[in-house]
Amino acid sequence: MEKQRKRIVVTVIGEDAVGIVARVATVLAANHVNIIDINQKILDDEIFAMTLLADRAQSSLSLPDITAKLKESIADLNLTVTVQDSELFQYMHRV
Amino acid sequence: MEFTNEEILETIGMIAEDKLDIRTVTLGISLFDCSDPNPTACAGKIREKILRMGANLSEKAQFVSDEYGLPIINKRISLTPISQVVPVADPAAFIEVAHAVDTAAAEIGVNFVGGYTALIQKGETAIDKAMIEAMPEVLATTLHFCASVILASTKAGINMDGCYKMSRVIKDIAQRTAAQDGIGCAKLVLFANPVEDNPFMAGAYYGAGESESAILVGVSGPGAVRRALERLGPDADLGEVAEAIKKTAFKITRAGELVGKKIAEQLGVSFGNLDLSLAPTPAEGDSVGQILETMGLAMPGAPGSTAALMMLNDAVKKGGLFASSSVGGLSGAFIPVSEDASMIAAAKAGAITIEKLEAMTSVCSVGLDMIAIPGATSAETIAAIIADEMAIGCANNKTTAVRIIPAVGKEVGDSVHFGGLLGEAPIMAVSQVSSDIFVKRGGRIPAPLQSLKN
Repeated sequence: MEKQRKRIVVTVIGEDAVGIVARVATVLAANHVNIIDINQKILDDEIFAMTLLADRAQSSLSLPDITAKLKESIADLNLTVTVQDSELFQYMHRV
Repeated sequence: MEFTNEEILETIGMIAEDKLDIRTVTLGISLFDCSDPNPTACAGKIREKILRMGANLSEKAQFVSDEYGLPIINKRISLTPISQVVPVADPAAFIEVAHAVDTAAAEIGVNFVGGYTALIQKGETAIDKAMIEAMPEVLATTLHFCASVILASTKAGINMDGCYKMSRVIKDIAQRTAAQDGIGCAKLVLFANPVEDNPFMAGAYYGAGESESAILVGVSGPGAVRRALERLGPDADLGEVAEAIKKTAFKITRAGELVGKKIAEQLGVSFGNLDLSLAPTPAEGDSVGQILETMGLAMPGAPGSTAALMMLNDAVKKGGLFASSSVGGLSGAFIPVSEDASMIAAAKAGAITIEKLEAMTSVCSVGLDMIAIPGATSAETIAAIIADEMAIGCANNKTTAVRIIPAVGKEVGDSVHFGGLLGEAPIMAVSQVSSDIFVKRGGRIPAPLQSLKN
């Protein structure tokens, strides 16, 4: 249970560009957030959509700090990034 | 992955586009240990308790909101009915206590506190009389304290003297706050069969049967329900529509339960309950009226609105009850006129009338909510409107409420503007047929029979 509490879902949506996944992964790695699973697609040939499950148990950053760092890393691109505790999805989509 | 892309994007879309949010996190606080015959001492104890219990409410709510990326719109407090706490039959005592509550609310950053409440469904005590006498001044001179008066119940019947009295109090409050379109009246709710664990304002109070303190959560997501029905398309039959509402209500409720439990855990108080009401805001798309439109009614108020609303209300409960073991509060669809863009449009167009709204309140929570009427409407007519709504609650063994604003100097065709969550309301036409003699009879309408129901 304690382990699950540290899991986060990172969602990045917006205009496609080269290297988005690389930038996100770099920020997460630099802050000791371990990627568990990653899913990336281009929807309707233009919209970039990435969902990523990660473990932040080893990271010293709070969840809003991780969000801030990720936003900063893609600030020049037309993308929105959301970071949420994975428990929300567990609650909403699993009985 | 543990979750599919579609599941994650659905949740993100519900929050970002459909305005799924936690409408209110309300901290219920018992004030029974603050009672004191010295008004200043009583006010001091209440103030101290609100500051102590509520100190971290805003901060913890923000923390949990950040963790789940789910907005929490309002942080509020509900209190033990003040008429049961201040043991002095003196209006000045209630004014002093109310101002202490108001400043405490501002200090801890909550926008509303509920509990300026009297229970007079069967009659008034000397304390109730003093408390109600002070009410116009309290609502005109405080910003955050909300009032409610219980005028009827299925077991007691309808206190008609109370209805008449409160109609005059409402006119007094409207007069005193006329410069702000009668906003004082937006902070007063009259009830039949109220619930004691309601997190929503202005009618929240923390009942005598509740624990020392508890977190009460109100979730909201009319936009998410509308989106689900849009995806279903116009050819789906009503059984499929009900099913789609249930599934969406389930997800919304789960999100609310998670947030409520976490905030309660953070504050070290018990998680009281989740109110799974669909509560609209004036924001585009955050509308219960638009759900009815998506079901296929050109505007709320069209024939069929009562049937559609019954189904919506019922499906929300069915989906929500499976999602949470702590469902309480009002739990139903709200149809306040001023707080819902589609209801405002329907009222302006004359598609919805007070009479149709009254019919719709027999199948949903809560009642005639945020209705603006001409300022010249007589106290007798207002009392009769209140009595009608109380009758629907009594006969159907459900909560009904009246929050009505006689806008001083305004006529049908004008509007009142409150701003923020309270929105704006077009002045609605009121029947010109007199109810004077009926209202002036006074007394109590006996409790309705609960068997032989046809």
